[in-house]
Amino acid sequence: MTALAIRALCKSFGGLRVSADVSLAVEPGERRLIIGPNGAGKTTLFNLITGELAPDSGSILLFDHDITRIPSRRRAHLGMARTYQIITLFPRDTIVRNVCLALLGLSPMRWNPLTAFDRQRPLFERAHAALAQVGLTHIADRQLSQTSYGEQRRVEIAMALAQNPKVLLLDEPFAGLSIDERRDVGRLLSAIPREVTVVMIEHDIDTALELADRITLLHFGEVIVEGTRAEVVADPRTKEIYLGA
Amino acid sequence: MSAITPRRAAIGIALLLLVTLPTWVANPYYINVSSQILLFAVFALALNVLVGYGGLVSLGHAGLFAAAGYAGALMLQAGYGHFAADVAAIVLALIAAAVFGALALRSTGIGFLMITLALGQIVWGVAYRWASLTNGDNGVNVTTRPRPFGLSLAGADAFYYATLLIFLAAVASMAVFVRSPFGASLCGTRDQGRRMNALGYNVWMIRFVAFLFSGFWSGIAGLLFIYYTNFISPQVASLQTSAEVLLMVISGGTATLLGPIAGAAIVVIMKNVVSAYVERWNLVLGVIFVAIITFMPEGLVPGSVRLWRMGWRAFRDRGRAGVLRNVPEPPA
Repeated sequence: MTALAIRALCKSFGGLRVSADVSLAVEPGERRLIIGPNGAGKTTLFNLITGELAPDSGSILLFDHDITRIPSRRRAHLGMARTYQIITLFPRDTIVRNVCLALLGLSPMRWNPLTAFDRQRPLFERAHAALAQVGLTHIADRQLSQTSYGEQRRVEIAMALAQNPKVLLLDEPFAGLSIDERRDVGRLLSAIPREVTVVMIEHDIDTALELADRITLLHFGEVIVEGTRAEVVADPRTKEIYLGA
Repeated sequence: MSAITPRRAAIGIALLLLVTLPTWVANPYYINVSSQILLFAVFALALNVLVGYGGLVSLGHAGLFAAAGYAGALMLQAGYGHFAADVAAIVLALIAAAVFGALALRSTGIGFLMITLALGQIVWGVAYRWASLTNGDNGVNVTTRPRPFGLSLAGADAFYYATLLIFLAAVASMAVFVRSPFGASLCGTRDQGRRMNALGYNVWMIRFVAFLFSGFWSGIAGLLFIYYTNFISPQVASLQTSAEVLLMVISGGTATLLGPIAGAAIVVIMKNVVSAYVERWNLVLGVIFVAIITFMPEGLVPGSVRLWRMGWRAFRDRGRAGVLRNVPEPPA
């Protein structure tokens, strides 16, 4: 059984082919790194996997279950969570409420118009647990707009982890972070339990490399090289396309 | 639990003033103006659900308000009782809200605004042109007010109290709604629709349910309006009504409970009271709106709170300024 299988996925924006016959198979518990230069189609691939974009052809399977036609909000309920390259959070709310909104999304309570949201103890306890995982307990009640970029990155990851996903998609989790912050985020990503399958896009492979089991190199929407860390790094095509010979 | 906070004290005083209003406002004219403020406050609160919490600016809410008004007035004219007329009015308002929502929620932002505007104009067109049904420009008269539990609402005082009860129910339902998980979901769709979708929320359905909730209270306000004026005409469904209630929400302060109420008070007082003294009262209203937008772009209520805090801080720090000046600079 594969956690995430992508079969011959194609997507074009007008005449531009951004996903050209992409096939991938990610095993349960695997850490898959997707690399490629700017415009390689990495984020588009994520948007296809999460359903924010519909593919022109091809199929996507989550634990052998075809989800190609399932709307993106249902995919969250099937165990798929993602973070965004450009931070996408709720600036007017506190950090802990941001995480609570992630938890509420999967709870039938989200339709409840009568109880007080802030009094949902179990929800807030789980949110605090997720924040402890990313080391933000001390500023849980701070308004999101009052926090640093690095902290907001970690809120993004906490929200995804709080949903207890089977497959976690991380879109450039190290983007815009300082060297220290990269090390911290790297540490917390490597602490994610192996029950969670992780697919990560990273533009800058130096930090992400040590987290990856297998690496897929995309270029102009096509899979160029795929293999273990050592294989991909040693491949001359990687050097040519990505590392800039 | 039962500590007296300034907030609770203010709510208590406001309630006391509202309940005793007919005793200290002896003139029935001003009691009627107060009823009108309360009924438009219900309307503005209803619109605020979409504008403030949903981030969806509608310019067609007069259509929902008038749909309920016309349904009630025409049912009464056809000889049905008040209960049947009121139920029909609310049902029609909900149906209209469902149609408006289903069509307008294909879009957000300017697109949403334009579709609601067009739909509101359709209701106005029906009211104005379908004369065999609506009596066109001549409008429909409502000859009696309902008698709940045998109590006559014919007098200014009695009608005021009935309106006040419904107003309080609307405020309470808004207060509960806003703090609920569903309210949090709606605010989430306003701030990050895309992210809410990825988190597993059905963004469209959340907005649609909010539209129905807004339509329900708009319908209630429309019913109050026909019982207040004993008359409805196409003017009620016009774009001007939609724009006025939107101005109430924006000038008072969106996404607050008090803002739409304050906005309703300003507009109704200008129209009814100031217009008696100043012929060009529209000019005065315009100047007030410009002043609000200039000095408190977030609206009268949140703006006043901000200015009050700034003033209070300046007053409090006045004595300390000298001390602060002597604090040595921290080492670089």
